[in-house]
Amino acid sequence: MLKLKINDKEIEVEEGLTVLQACEAAGVEIPRFCYHERLSIAGNCRMCLVEMEKSPKPIASCAMPATDGMNIKTNTPLVEKARKGVMEFLLVNHPLDCPVCDQGGECDLQDQSMYYGLDKSRFKENKRYVSDKYMGPLIKTQMTRCIHCTRCIRFATEVAGVPELGAIGRGEDMQITTYLEKAMESELSANVVDLCPVGALTSKPYVFEARPWELKKTETIDVMDAVGSNIRVDSYGWEVKRVLPRNNDDINEEWISDKTRYACDGLKNQRLDTPYVKIDDQFKKITWKEAYDILTKKIANVLPDKIAGLTGDLTDMETMYIVKEFFEKTIKSPNLDCRSDHIYVDNSNRSNYIFNPTLNGIEQSDLVVIIGANPRFEATILNSRIRKSYLNNNLQIFSYGDVGNLTYPYKILPNDTSEIKSLVDGDSQLSKKIISAKKPIVILGQSFFKIKSAQTLFDQLNNFLKSNGKINNEWNSIGVISNHSATVGAYDLDLINNESSRNITLDKIQNNTNEILFLFGQDNLNFTKKNEFVVYIGTHGDKGAEMSDLILPGAAYTEKESHYTNLEGKLQKTYKASYPPGDALEDWEIVNKLSELIKRKKLFKNKNELIDSMINYLKLKKDKGSNTLEKSKNEFVNEKIAISEMDYYYSNVIARASKTMSECKNSLLKLMKTGTDG
Amino acid sequence: MLEDKDRIFQNLYGDNGIDVESSKLRGDWVDTKEICSKGKNWIIDEIKSSELRGRGGAGFPTGLKWSFAPKEITKPHYLVINADESEPGTCKDRDILRFEPQKLIEGCLIASYAVGAHKCYIYIRGEYFNEGQNLQKSINEAYEKKLIGKNACGTGWDLDIYIHYGAGAYICGEETALLESIEGNKGQPRLKPPFPALIGLYGCPTIVNNVETIAVVPTILRKGAKWFAGLGRPKNTGTKIFCISGNVNKPCNVEEEMGVSLKELIEKHAGGVVGGWENLKAVIPGGSSMPMLPKETCDTIKMDFDSLVEQKSGLGTAGIIVINQDQDIIACMARIARFYKHESCGQCTPCREGSGWMWRMLERMKNNEASREEIEMLEDVTKQIEGHTICAFGEGSSWPVQGLLRHFKKEIIKRNNFNPLVNTNKNIPYLVDQHLLDKENA
Amino acid sequence: MSIKKISKYQPEKFEFNENNLKISKEIISKYPEGKQKSAVMSLLYLVQNQNQNWIPLAAMKYIAKLLHMPYIKVYEVATFYSMYNLTPVGKYFYQVCTTTPCMLRGAYKLVEACKEKISKNENEISEDGNCSWVEVECLGACVNAPMIQINENYYEDLSKDKLLKIIDETKNGKQPKPGSYKGRFNSAPETERTTLNNLKNA
Repeated sequence: MLKLKINDKEIEVEEGLTVLQACEAAGVEIPRFCYHERLSIAGNCRMCLVEMEKSPKPIASCAMPATDGMNIKTNTPLVEKARKGVMEFLLVNHPLDCPVCDQGGECDLQDQSMYYGLDKSRFKENKRYVSDKYMGPLIKTQMTRCIHCTRCIRFATEVAGVPELGAIGRGEDMQITTYLEKAMESELSANVVDLCPVGALTSKPYVFEARPWELKKTETIDVMDAVGSNIRVDSYGWEVKRVLPRNNDDINEEWISDKTRYACDGLKNQRLDTPYVKIDDQFKKITWKEAYDILTKKIANVLPDKIAGLTGDLTDMETMYIVKEFFEKTIKSPNLDCRSDHIYVDNSNRSNYIFNPTLNGIEQSDLVVIIGANPRFEATILNSRIRKSYLNNNLQIFSYGDVGNLTYPYKILPNDTSEIKSLVDGDSQLSKKIISAKKPIVILGQSFFKIKSAQTLFDQLNNFLKSNGKINNEWNSIGVISNHSATVGAYDLDLINNESSRNITLDKIQNNTNEILFLFGQDNLNFTKKNEFVVYIGTHGDKGAEMSDLILPGAAYTEKESHYTNLEGKLQKTYKASYPPGDALEDWEIVNKLSELIKRKKLFKNKNELIDSMINYLKLKKDKGSNTLEKSKNEFVNEKIAISEMDYYYSNVIARASKTMSECKNSLLKLMKTGTDG
Repeated sequence: MLEDKDRIFQNLYGDNGIDVESSKLRGDWVDTKEICSKGKNWIIDEIKSSELRGRGGAGFPTGLKWSFAPKEITKPHYLVINADESEPGTCKDRDILRFEPQKLIEGCLIASYAVGAHKCYIYIRGEYFNEGQNLQKSINEAYEKKLIGKNACGTGWDLDIYIHYGAGAYICGEETALLESIEGNKGQPRLKPPFPALIGLYGCPTIVNNVETIAVVPTILRKGAKWFAGLGRPKNTGTKIFCISGNVNKPCNVEEEMGVSLKELIEKHAGGVVGGWENLKAVIPGGSSMPMLPKETCDTIKMDFDSLVEQKSGLGTAGIIVINQDQDIIACMARIARFYKHESCGQCTPCREGSGWMWRMLERMKNNEASREEIEMLEDVTKQIEGHTICAFGEGSSWPVQGLLRHFKKEIIKRNNFNPLVNTNKNIPYLVDQHLLDKENA
Repeated sequence: MSIKKISKYQPEKFEFNENNLKISKEIISKYPEGKQKSAVMSLLYLVQNQNQNWIPLAAMKYIAKLLHMPYIKVYEVATFYSMYNLTPVGKYFYQVCTTTPCMLRGAYKLVEACKEKISKNENEISEDGNCSWVEVECLGACVNAPMIQINENYYEDLSKDKLLKIIDETKNGKQPKPGSYKGRFNSAPETERTTLNNLKNA
């Protein structure tokens, strides 16, 4: 601990802090523009100058390490003069266009000039004009407003790992740009909008949409991938205007992916707002009563075993739980699953399907082995953590199969199951590396669980890691990356219908043995429809709705309070920022009503009862502990692990309905066509 | 006046050859091995007691700087020679590079040995291309004669010397910007601490010295610290190359004793002020960054670090720019302000925004188109830059303007009583955005 | 320094010729392993040497690949330093120093000469295609003011008339003799030097 004096107040702080951080600890606010706790220190804005005893000049507190016995003053005339001076310099060439600037109302420069600025301008020269730069479909630039804090450059270089931003020229003519104004090739690019302390980089899709004070702000979580980033949804009436990151040191820190941020305009398009029935291949609007009538009649005439159901990528846990109850108690059918493909999972033990080392754990790790995954697209935020660890701890990374640029260097190994076999047999070089590593992580992607010998290899990998002490009470090396926000929750709730490790619900569906098929937000199903009566309950008119005979409109993640479990197994809750459009209802209500109509009894009296029951179910499961199912003898097969290419910008219904995501995809395609060399 | 025998740079004007043999005649390389055999501590102590101060502008005691290099060598150490001579009014290092390269190379060896460096980079400004090529020839010759390289000069010390060319950036004369530049980045100064002596080039301990500082080291060690300390006065010892330019009859470089009077330098060595001493208006005594001195001060001032500081100026690089009564003093300073505006690296706010602002105001003052209050404001702006920047460029750009205001405020006031500016004249050409002008020209 | 303009005319491709490739390898070898980025400045200069004194975009990419650097970093360096020309310049590239020490001794007369004989504006190639000129900051030969640099050589102690003659020579494709145009010996006083007299031929 260090002892220092700040404004004559004694304070003790930890070692390794800067003066600025020490001041914050002492409750003294220091103005700043370039400093950001998650980026390297630039010290270039000079706004954070403070007075230090024995130093003739004021010092930049963001860059000065705190040392024992320092005497810092932040309230002297010298400091005030310095801050006023720097503020004046920042403003001399900054346009006074706040009324037409999207940053207005949440602008660091605006806010701080209220405290430290002069009341009038003394600058009589003409102001600088800087031409705007193209930075892709997400970032709108107005470079005249730039104050050269270089946060965006540091973010791109350090966090995003795409050194594409830079400051060209020098002196007062320095300009921030990408190389020849190419779009930034990163899935984290729009974070520079949040980082920009002024209105130089603003959000292109949100341009002139609203002022910050007009918006209703709802703190919730994201469902675009399984990471469960913490977000704030800003809505104006029904419409979700924008999504911003919320700080959560354990999950997304301060960043969110571009999909998380900008798929939200997909919530406006192609929405299902009323029930529909298909008559002569035409969808016809009907009332809820008519819809329920049709459905209950159908169900009454069909044997329970001929009814099947699949939940989707974005389905919340409440819906899944009530659907499970519905299938078990109301219609008494076993044919319910959450998987639309044959993917192996043994969900008897939670550690088999979650990211055990946790996101924070990545930063302690010294070795990462990636099997069958492309973390950059499948879990962008998780990938940025790997990069962070690579930068800070010199983390070593190996991948079976070349998955392209992951923003950090990694060694490529052949992606054959035989290679994995020799790894788990302890024969390969990498086996030894894993054994000698302190906290290795083996990342298993969904592509791994799709191979024929997934079970065998998974068991052997488990044994290999266990016998070498890499799975113990403190550390579990198995890190499964789920691709969808619903996956872990569904596994927790046992929405799985396996027979000899095979998804038999899917088999039955694909063999057309069912008469009624429920799709709860399920849009990935590959099957040729014959005589089934397909019911789609969901939010968007996409693949699932298209093949259905009856459509019941549900609510999206911003329109209901519901739970999701992220890939680490953290249970999180979304909050209602908006409400379902038109006649749409929250999905659980639809199922509950259906049950009421069939059985004359609601499954749950209200949502709270549903949630209590669900939480209880999860608790019981946890208490029960693991009871590993009987292992079937799954033979080893020599094959390639096909790493499924993920269509990043089109990975779910909301993203597919989003214009912004289409633009991103087109911009990327264009980049690939001309080559980034263009 | 200094006697010729006490001049270190005997070949300052390039009268004689620069090859190793000719240099040996002037005393270079004769007993380098013996000097080094006395040990690192002896060398550093000797330099400390000679009270040699850095010749690059800041005047930091050289021996002290060397002693900051870590004694235990855990990482490679580097010696970097700053030959990025760009301070207006200064052209002394160029002559050392041209005519006394062996002094520099020998100095590199001794300094490298003293600070534990096996690699030495000489950062030469890109414009001195020919000088660099010649120096490379001299380095090659030194390699051939085994004066450097493996077991350099029989000292048992290995030393490699490389030249790194700049490409036109004044700021790279700042030591940390120079290191950034060697690393292949833009020359933007680093935050200090950490200082280069601990974390410098490629994150390793690095000592950065000016050409002249290193080139005088062998002679000091050879003739003894006492001899060097005997010249000048305490803390301002030895000899110094002065560059006398501007309105003098015979501009020249000359090596003189520290503390020589300015009048002697100008009158005796440089053939006097054009139009006579009485025609003198002001002198910038140490390169453009140093505040100017009015004639009254010039009559008596002694040229050394401390005497000039007493006059609120500084010795800097000892580039003396003489300005006589025929010149428009405001125009001279406006031009210097333009230099700083052009050379600001743009990293930190006060310098980036302030240097251009000062220049534009001075341009107006030059044309008698500034308002009275702006003169006070200009002073305020210089104070807002000074001391608030990452590197000393902030001081470098604001001091000359402060010097002008300190001594010639009356003249500015006399010429500028425009008020209010914008109301009376809307079409003042320099109020047109400079960037738009540039656009048309390019 | 205003931002540098990129030439509209851009060759598709750039590669070092054999000799320069050899030199570039030598340059890279001056720096520790893994620090090859340090060579970027020298290599840009080498490009300029090979490519009529200017650097096309293709060359920046070429260097970025050669040194495993992001393009933008090379671009930053090329725009930061004033000696890199990103647009074509004359075969004889005049750089006129006009900073105060030169200005005091009539540097703007030299600018006049350039305006009269080469082109009206800076950075414009003369009609015959041989010359272009630019105003630069201190070139570090202040005691030999006023002076200019043509390509790599310094021309010192000039006057307008003398510069006009030099321009004529270059327009005729002749290489003028560098050095002082007052017949002066380096940086010694023009006449009656006061020091180092007896050592002259030692």
